[in-house]
Amino acid sequence: MVLVLSLLSVTAVASEDNELIQTLAPELLSKSKPKRLMAIDEIAASSAPRKALWLQAMIDGDLYQLKKTDEIVLATRQGNTYSLTKASDGTGLDSVKKRALRKIKIDNAMRSYLRSLIGTLALQSDDTEERFQAVYSLLGKVDSDAVEPIRKLKSQEKSERVHEAMGLLISIHDLENGTAEQQADAFEFVSGRLDNDVLNSLRRLSETSADKQVVAQAVMLLDEAESRKRWYTYIETLFFGVSLGSVLVVAAIGLAITFGVMGVINMAHGELIMLGAYTTYFIQQLMPSAIDYSLILAVPAAFIVSGSVGVLIERTVIRHLYGRKLETLLATFGISLLLQQAVRTFISPQNVAVINPSWMTGSWVVNPALSLTLNRLVIIAFCLFVFAVLLFVLTRTRFGLQTRAVAQNRQMARAMGIRSARVDAMTFGLGSGVAGIAGVALSQLGNVGPNLGQSYIIDSFIVVVFGGVGSLWGTLVAGMSLGIGNKLLEPWAGAVLAKILLLVFIILFIQKRPSGLFPQRGRAVES
Amino acid sequence: MPTYPLIDRLLLIALVLLTITVPILNLGVNADHALYIETYNVTLLGKYLCFALLALSVDLVWGYLGILSLGHGAFFALGGYAMGMYLVRQIGDRGVYGNPDLPDFMVFLNWQEAPWFWTGMEHFPVALTAIVLAPGLLAFVFGWFAFRSRVNGVYLSIITQAMTFALMLAFFRNEMGFGGNNGLTDFKDIWGFSLQSNETRNALFVASGVALLLGYFICQKIVRSRAGLVAQAIRDAESRTRFIGFNVENYKLWFFTFSAILAGIAGALYVPQAGIINPSQMAPLGSIEVVVWVALGGRGSLYGPIIGALLVNYAKSWFTAAFPEYWLFALGALFVISTLYLPNGVMGLFNRKAA
Amino acid sequence: MINQSKRKAIGAFAMTFAALTMTTPVTAADTIKVGVLHSLSGTMAISETTLKDTMLMLIDQQNEKGGVLGKELEAVVVDPASDWPLFAEKARELIEKEKVSAIFGAWTSVSRKSVLPVIEELNSLLFYPVQYEGEESSKNVFYTGASPNQQAIPAVEYLMNEVGAVRWVLAGTDYVYPRTTNKILEAYLLDKGVPQEDIMINYTPFGHSDWQSIVAEIKQFGSTGKKTAVVSTVNGDANVPFYKELANQGVSAEDIPVVAFSVGEEELSGFDTSPLVGHLAAWNYFMSVESDENDEFIDAWQSFIGSEERVTNDPMEAHYIGFNMWVKAVEKAGTTDTNAVEAAMIGVSVPNLSGGYSSMLPNHHITKPVLIGEIQDDGQFDIVWETSGLVAGDAWSDFLPESKNLISDWRAPMACGNYNVTTGACSGQTL
Repeated sequence: MVLVLSLLSVTAVASEDNELIQTLAPELLSKSKPKRLMAIDEIAASSAPRKALWLQAMIDGDLYQLKKTDEIVLATRQGNTYSLTKASDGTGLDSVKKRALRKIKIDNAMRSYLRSLIGTLALQSDDTEERFQAVYSLLGKVDSDAVEPIRKLKSQEKSERVHEAMGLLISIHDLENGTAEQQADAFEFVSGRLDNDVLNSLRRLSETSADKQVVAQAVMLLDEAESRKRWYTYIETLFFGVSLGSVLVVAAIGLAITFGVMGVINMAHGELIMLGAYTTYFIQQLMPSAIDYSLILAVPAAFIVSGSVGVLIERTVIRHLYGRKLETLLATFGISLLLQQAVRTFISPQNVAVINPSWMTGSWVVNPALSLTLNRLVIIAFCLFVFAVLLFVLTRTRFGLQTRAVAQNRQMARAMGIRSARVDAMTFGLGSGVAGIAGVALSQLGNVGPNLGQSYIIDSFIVVVFGGVGSLWGTLVAGMSLGIGNKLLEPWAGAVLAKILLLVFIILFIQKRPSGLFPQRGRAVES
Repeated sequence: MPTYPLIDRLLLIALVLLTITVPILNLGVNADHALYIETYNVTLLGKYLCFALLALSVDLVWGYLGILSLGHGAFFALGGYAMGMYLVRQIGDRGVYGNPDLPDFMVFLNWQEAPWFWTGMEHFPVALTAIVLAPGLLAFVFGWFAFRSRVNGVYLSIITQAMTFALMLAFFRNEMGFGGNNGLTDFKDIWGFSLQSNETRNALFVASGVALLLGYFICQKIVRSRAGLVAQAIRDAESRTRFIGFNVENYKLWFFTFSAILAGIAGALYVPQAGIINPSQMAPLGSIEVVVWVALGGRGSLYGPIIGALLVNYAKSWFTAAFPEYWLFALGALFVISTLYLPNGVMGLFNRKAA
Repeated sequence: MINQSKRKAIGAFAMTFAALTMTTPVTAADTIKVGVLHSLSGTMAISETTLKDTMLMLIDQQNEKGGVLGKELEAVVVDPASDWPLFAEKARELIEKEKVSAIFGAWTSVSRKSVLPVIEELNSLLFYPVQYEGEESSKNVFYTGASPNQQAIPAVEYLMNEVGAVRWVLAGTDYVYPRTTNKILEAYLLDKGVPQEDIMINYTPFGHSDWQSIVAEIKQFGSTGKKTAVVSTVNGDANVPFYKELANQGVSAEDIPVVAFSVGEEELSGFDTSPLVGHLAAWNYFMSVESDENDEFIDAWQSFIGSEERVTNDPMEAHYIGFNMWVKAVEKAGTTDTNAVEAAMIGVSVPNLSGGYSSMLPNHHITKPVLIGEIQDDGQFDIVWETSGLVAGDAWSDFLPESKNLISDWRAPMACGNYNVTTGACSGQTL
């Protein structure tokens, strides 16, 4: 449904009274949608000083009627109760439970209509950003009556951005409904633009216009846009692949240490990731007002939580199993069951809600045809950062040297004075800690619940083995190539078949290179 | 490797006794009698025996050849699917849509005819061939590639895992023609006998017991033969065995294929007793669980895995009913404690007495 | 040393087993047993644990009212662990060993299919509380969730008539419920004159977590200027990553609304819904329904579970209805005998939570209102539309060529779950 606005031209004299909202209550709460829409129109056309507030509250779902007194109120949720102010004059009222309120319900169509109403009001706002948003909310929704005042506003507009946006708004209108002159200007303006509304206008024009020249021009612009868009689609696919790859790498990199370097078949790896994700949840519960910083705090916290659990597992169980590595599979499988059930019993069998901080919500709009989601960008960067730090720790520090020495030849390392027991515990703790911070990242993408670990464990083993056990670089390259491969295959094979094809590819690849992408060399590997 | 002739014989006697007495106590004894065994338990025990056979097949390659397969669930499920297809065909026109030519789920998806691999599955000999061939062929082809390229150790384990994972995803697809996620179910008859009758259930139980005993005997013959000794040599020192002049790849291939067939037969016997076969039978974690049974029982002996499978599955059945909300703690703890204190599995407990 | 540790191990085992056996509950002498067959571990525990608790609450409440037929009710809870063969095994255990009078349980279609032969063979009763694909009517099963005509079709009608959608994306997880629902919807849409190129169908595997490409594709499909709507039959676990991706790629409900059939209050409590405001769900119950029964139910639930944060959802209501129907039928029949209760069930009518009455139909499905809700930022739904009356559950869809000739009526003399009106034959189960 496209709502055509002509409200800017409405000059009907209407109520200036803030009591308006109260008199309209029966209409606003009516079951009939046309009645509610009429009430909204009446509010918009009025000059009640608080009308912008009401309309916004309606969009946000904050406008209610108090059942007891029939007063219309603005309500904000605080825990289990709602704190109220009177809609008409802003006086505060006692907090109530939700049940004492009757909501003024709006649906998507009304929300969209309200947004354009507010847009028209905000066109004359003093705030540049507000004006800009207002223009964008009106794209493709204005009719000839409504566009005239915008032409006037455009001529007075100071901000370059808003000016440009208004030009776009007017051009989209003019393409189909302008005079011949306006249409020509519009063609010039939209040439080279990839905005969806522009392309749709051009498409309609190319199908309906009687003027052959106009059709030709529209078709030309469309073709041009399509071929440019195709390139952006390739870039987008690549981005999807890299981001999926970085998820695989983040999930697997802890395992690359516990399994790759130490040789422990760590079936509890997934649950260590899960602990990291739950740590994120608890940190957010502790600081509900500072969600934006919670993740930064969650990274070290998750490292400590999962790392300590890792050290505990190593000291109590795995320590006894060096020399019989396959049996670590049995013990860690048991531990993974214990950890899962512990979460179910002591926290909840349901998923918990981890909130995305604002800097990980939405996307970075490169141009109208290409936008990259922020959470994915952050995770790619995070993945590379973790990788770099680990690489540094393992190859450039004394601890890394000792770790590798113990992994390669325990007896010899001990003979050289390395306290192998301590190194083992620290290494396993490091791998577990990294699994924990992976949990922080993964909590931003999917479910946080008792099953979280199980959904990553199989993929993680496959990534580590495909890359070559013991090689950090191998894990990175393997994860990235699987991610990109998956996304390249997905469009034509579908999500399921793409995954199957990749698994078959890995099986065949291992035949060619029986020790993965980056095989370890040396005698120790033989044993 | 120590041998435990006493336990060996005791287990055999116990299995034979179980196979004989359970049907008698179910069919021949009055329901009020103290010794009466409920049909529920007969089917349950029958399923345990199938799991024991599966564990045995894993142990044959892991305990005696050093190949840790994390994909035996796939072979088990393939055998199960072959049997399931036969059973689905036996439904005939008694399905909900009353279509004599197509299984319900195909009618449901608007298919006009069954895919080629359903041809002839209504005949038991064809189904039996499929039960043996499907897992056997997959194992042969897989092994032929993997062993010739000398894929070893964890790499081999993980690609067996990748194999069962890929197969599971494939079977989940409805286009594959195996009923997708719902799998094959609602079986009615086997060989013309109703699957719901007590006699059929007991017969299936006996069949499982006999299959396990036969499997056990054959495995024993194999591991005591020259080939078995070579296999153990491969397990302990692969390169050396190769240099002595044995064709390591061939030994591995035949052991692996035979083991897969055993797993397939176990699956085929399991399905009519469980009443359903679905792709989650191929879930990678399921195959890992089988390895855990073997490890818990004690690998490297043929009775260890049988004991392990029976023990874990009994514990699971009991825990899930007695402590539905805490049973995973018990199971998890069982795994951890037994690894720590029983390095040779439950069977290791008897080590001293036997020696 | 070795011997010592071994002795310790044996000791530990013995102690654990002894401890476990001692805690086995002693069963009361004269009670009516009710089986609860919901997964408490594994992948489905997320959804099913709540239903187990719901059943425990309902049984408690009934016992406070004096039980049924003067006897106390006793819940027998088992854990089928999201393992489908285990569902069949546990059902058999409940009926044969525990001798329960009825079983309330199962969530996924495959678990119901797994249990079905056992229930039929042992002639017991199963109450199945989840919306499902239809195409089934067993003498021994009562379907208290929605069939496709009680959820999918009204939702599409809403989108078509009220929202003005003309282009359709049918996105689902690749299993029977989405496949069937989408087939029914596709037939329905084509019937309404929607051209084939305006329908996009997409299937993803269970637990699908990387939605980038698919959401991009949906965005592309919806960018033609024609109003596009997404009908989602995506299953439980995959929903959170799906919605997060929708939000991040900026697919707003005002542009491309997504209506889901498997997303309820409980699923939404697993994430932050503020970016999802306006996306839709179709159910027969929402926690936000305004009725006295509902307020009472929510209060009882939250005090039973000990948390004011816990939500209620549609399958819980289905159990509420199913359990009350069973109680009423048992009282009407005066016995818990399966055949008597089964016969008494048909026609039983009990209050549902949306302020009306639901009754059991001869095809073992029930009548329900259909509600469409929009997601709010507090994880609740605002009801934006509802059917004017109750919709009767249809076991066999009229939009599938193979099933449109089938009807189900378990009353004598027909007493058949799948009677073919053209051939006059009843295939499958009869009385």
